[in-house]
Amino acid sequence: MKTENISDWLFMMLTFLATVFGIVLLSALLVMTFYEAAGWLDIQFLTSPPSRFPEKAGIYPPLLGSIMMIALVGIFSVPVGVGAAIFLEEYGSGKKITKIIEINISNLAAVPSIVYGILGLGLFVSTMHLKPGIVLVGSLTLTLLILPIVIVASQEAIRSVPGGLREASIGLGATKWQTIRNVVLPSSIPGILTGVILALSRAIGETAPLIMIGAATTIFTAPKDIFSPFSALPMQIFMWTDMPKEEFLYGLAPAGIVVLLAIMLSMNAIAIVLRNHYRKKLRW
Amino acid sequence: MDAIFDVRNLSVYYGDKIGIKDVSLQIYRNKVTAVIGPSGCGKSTFLRTLNRLVELVEGVRIEGRVLFDGKNIFDRDVDPVELRRRVGMVFQHPNPFPKSIFENVAYGPKIHGIKDREKLQEIVEDSLKKAALWDEVKDRLSESALGLSGGQQQRLCIARAIATNPEVILFDEPTSALDPIASSKIEELMIELKKRYTVIVVTHNIQQAARISDYTAFFWMGELVEYDRTEKIFEYPENELTERYITGRVG
Repeated sequence: MKTENISDWLFMMLTFLATVFGIVLLSALLVMTFYEAAGWLDIQFLTSPPSRFPEKAGIYPPLLGSIMMIALVGIFSVPVGVGAAIFLEEYGSGKKITKIIEINISNLAAVPSIVYGILGLGLFVSTMHLKPGIVLVGSLTLTLLILPIVIVASQEAIRSVPGGLREASIGLGATKWQTIRNVVLPSSIPGILTGVILALSRAIGETAPLIMIGAATTIFTAPKDIFSPFSALPMQIFMWTDMPKEEFLYGLAPAGIVVLLAIMLSMNAIAIVLRNHYRKKLRW
Repeated sequence: MDAIFDVRNLSVYYGDKIGIKDVSLQIYRNKVTAVIGPSGCGKSTFLRTLNRLVELVEGVRIEGRVLFDGKNIFDRDVDPVELRRRVGMVFQHPNPFPKSIFENVAYGPKIHGIKDREKLQEIVEDSLKKAALWDEVKDRLSESALGLSGGQQQRLCIARAIATNPEVILFDEPTSALDPIASSKIEELMIELKKRYTVIVVTHNIQQAARISDYTAFFWMGELVEYDRTEKIFEYPENELTERYITGRVG
């Protein structure tokens, strides 16, 4: 009896340590980053271009580049991703070819991002003759990267709409399209939105594919339109860690990381707000 | 007697499995027809064939004819969408849309092209009155339909079916998910509805069939065993299997 109690306690402690391990390391990392970034994060940092002099350097061009790029990725990936999910769930479900497509989509979600970079370079630059390193090419490449995630998340959201609602709508004489538009999509919007925004959060942190398509590591003017060359936050952060002066590694890079984290967290917050808003509208 | 449905040699297969086999019967206008039988006997399949909802099932095959007002519903020129407007359906589990009460009832008329707000309001009020729900919900039409009780939700689904102005309303075990009081309200409603509509109801509950129906069809393993006036079925059934089923000795 006694030994059993001890082994029980030991096992509990082991699982507890496993839980704490990740959290402690992550919070240590965050605390260090915030501590180092503290002196550098100000309006000047957010509104200035990069510079050789740490006190003049800022993050404005890559910040705008990242925001423009991610907005475009959203615009490209939502219609294509949701459209594909609707087809797979509502029109093609149960067919053999659909199953094959679905398996491939799941596999695509696990392909390393650098491979998408090569694909983007080959498809958009070599084949379609767009200029390398411009916002449009970056957005299209990252769209390819997150499409599998968007499709799978949308499929799950669509699948979770109760079959009884579809039957009710069809039974009232609605066509398939009317049923999808009026019943299926409104009920699955919260799930789709969550998936899309999580996928966008992944895209905004990507570096490897952007290197492949020739995005700049440092750029001194913010992109004017989608055909301008650009840099993105993670690339600028990487650049700063490689500079000779210590202030870049221990000041500006952490400050850039905090900005990137802030954008990702606010995207997640927007996802939650939108989801709750649409849930309320659904009157569940 | 005026038949609204004339079913001739109807068979439905799911792949290799038989749903119903060689069923022929006539459904009479402005009557309540009950379809009874044990689980898996094909009664739901039969009901869902009448508005062609059964076609949503993958791999289904239909043989025979169903004449609706003299016209075979499986003819190429029959639009299933128009058929389903004329043959409404209420399901086993109340399934209101996650929208307001008003939007639920207005759904059918809207998808059939009625946009005028006043006309829609008129239809919604009229349908809710016919479904005996108006007095309970008239002050909260813009609230979620999912806030209603189970019985109210089912009457809302009836109102929703009425709103497309159908000729027939199909009920697929409409009270099996409801408590006895809510069930008896639905039963009263079905009797009331036959003045304007033809009612066909699938039920597990033999007493319910006896209480509300004018005609009863008894299905067994995909076949129609007996079909007659309800009093006749319950008092002098011709088939021994029917008698054993309604007296609870088999099933």
